[in-house]
Amino acid sequence: MDIIIELFSYDFFVNAFLASLLAAISCGIVGTYIVSRRIVFISGGITHASFGGIGMGYYLGINPLVGAGIFSILSGMGIQLFSSKGKVREDSSIAIWWSLGMAIGIIFVYLTPGYAPNLMSYLFGSILTVSTGEIWLMLALAIVIILFFTLFYRTILYIAFDEDFAKTSDLPVGLFNYLLMILISLTIVLNIRVVGIILILSLLTIPQATANLFTRDFGRMMFYSVGFAFLSSFIGLLVSYFADIPSGATIIFTQVVIFGLVKLIKAF
Amino acid sequence: MKKLLEIKNLSAGYENQVVLENVSLDIFSNDFIGVIGPNGGGKTTLIKTILGLIKPISGELNLLINKKNIGYLPQVNQIDKRFPITVFDVVRSGKADTALFSSFHKNRQEKEKAETLLQEMGISNLRNKSIGELSGGQMQRVFLCRALMNEPELLVLDEPSTYVDNNFEGELYLKLKELSDRMAILLISHDVGTISFFVKTIACVNRNLHHHPSNIISEEQLASYNCPLQIITHGDIPHTVLKLHDEHEHHGHHH
Repeated sequence: MDIIIELFSYDFFVNAFLASLLAAISCGIVGTYIVSRRIVFISGGITHASFGGIGMGYYLGINPLVGAGIFSILSGMGIQLFSSKGKVREDSSIAIWWSLGMAIGIIFVYLTPGYAPNLMSYLFGSILTVSTGEIWLMLALAIVIILFFTLFYRTILYIAFDEDFAKTSDLPVGLFNYLLMILISLTIVLNIRVVGIILILSLLTIPQATANLFTRDFGRMMFYSVGFAFLSSFIGLLVSYFADIPSGATIIFTQVVIFGLVKLIKAF
Repeated sequence: MKKLLEIKNLSAGYENQVVLENVSLDIFSNDFIGVIGPNGGGKTTLIKTILGLIKPISGELNLLINKKNIGYLPQVNQIDKRFPITVFDVVRSGKADTALFSSFHKNRQEKEKAETLLQEMGISNLRNKSIGELSGGQMQRVFLCRALMNEPELLVLDEPSTYVDNNFEGELYLKLKELSDRMAILLISHDVGTISFFVKTIACVNRNLHHHPSNIISEEQLASYNCPLQIITHGDIPHTVLKLHDEHEHHGHHH
């Protein structure tokens, strides 16, 4: 226990701890929406498309996360636009944006002179190197998400549950779909540093699956998801630190172990 | 007797496919219309157009009441039954106009209304269950409660008797008959025989619409309305189902 307390005297560890807490809040809440609405695959598309922005960031010498933000929002909109206006089947539309983003990213990284530093940390996450600036951004996002989901809880729930019925009640369905798509994109981008592009879907789905074993209520599922996401991120962080193994992968492994244990206990 | 809705020479459909053509229909406050017709004939398209979910291709649709005063019960297969939502929240979602900033409201009236409806429908005990735990009949009761939350002037139901046991089917139709004193009802069904006991008039929808002025309809009339039907017997209760459009030549076979 003393060792853990001692860890908190290191700035990098405090940052990592805060990152895991803030990631749990944003991913727990937004992930509940994603899972309930069955848009996990769209989220996967947005996540991978954001790699195009990371590559662009390297090439232009700007913060890769800014590029990732632009690409993820554009791809989120693009997926919706392709399937609603362009008459492309939705899963095909997702695959197009998914692979286009990755391709652009790879081309840009290749064109960037010299070595692309930290590239691996964007792909696989590196919670121990999250900067204070990134913590502030994650905090801002967590506050926005909490406010948005508190103020508009019922509107979000009703639209997610039955979009047609919500339209007949004159709820602003289109507007909310776009706002939520933007929040999903921002959540993905700002949590890339925690678990990485390849692995971020886990934070948006596994804690929610665990929470779903306890409740079938949208609101409670959000709270439980935040709890399980934080628990697994913190345990994963500690294990990865002491065992000296990659943090992103350890966090996900912990999530799956917790899910498995809970499911096993519930079975008896 | 108040006119709620008038449809004149309406055509509607999806993308490049016209499903309804030149449809005209008036709905009055004392109407109880059974909408019948073959699958793919345009029954659901008709009500989705009335609800504003589909834009008409041509023609007129004048809603003379507030859109919020239409109660809607969709086909159950449009609902994601594993969605994490409780029965009480589903019912409350029927009064969504207070949803936008609901965190600031006490919503006491809305909650009381939902409780009353659950009680009337005899499902208060299911209040905190998630919808995934319900049987077909229970789920339809919940969606009927939701459709009634706004005290509708027009109630629109799309196949409420699918996935429902015979007991509840009878109960449902009696309930609708009772409600029809207070509101106009538009009921889609594939089962002409059963609904004709309860509805006042019948509308046959098969690309066109023929509004038959009574609830008694003969096979010849149905045929002339382009709504061919066949009679099937299950035990003692005669059930009448409609033949598909392109099955004209075949005659009623028994199940």
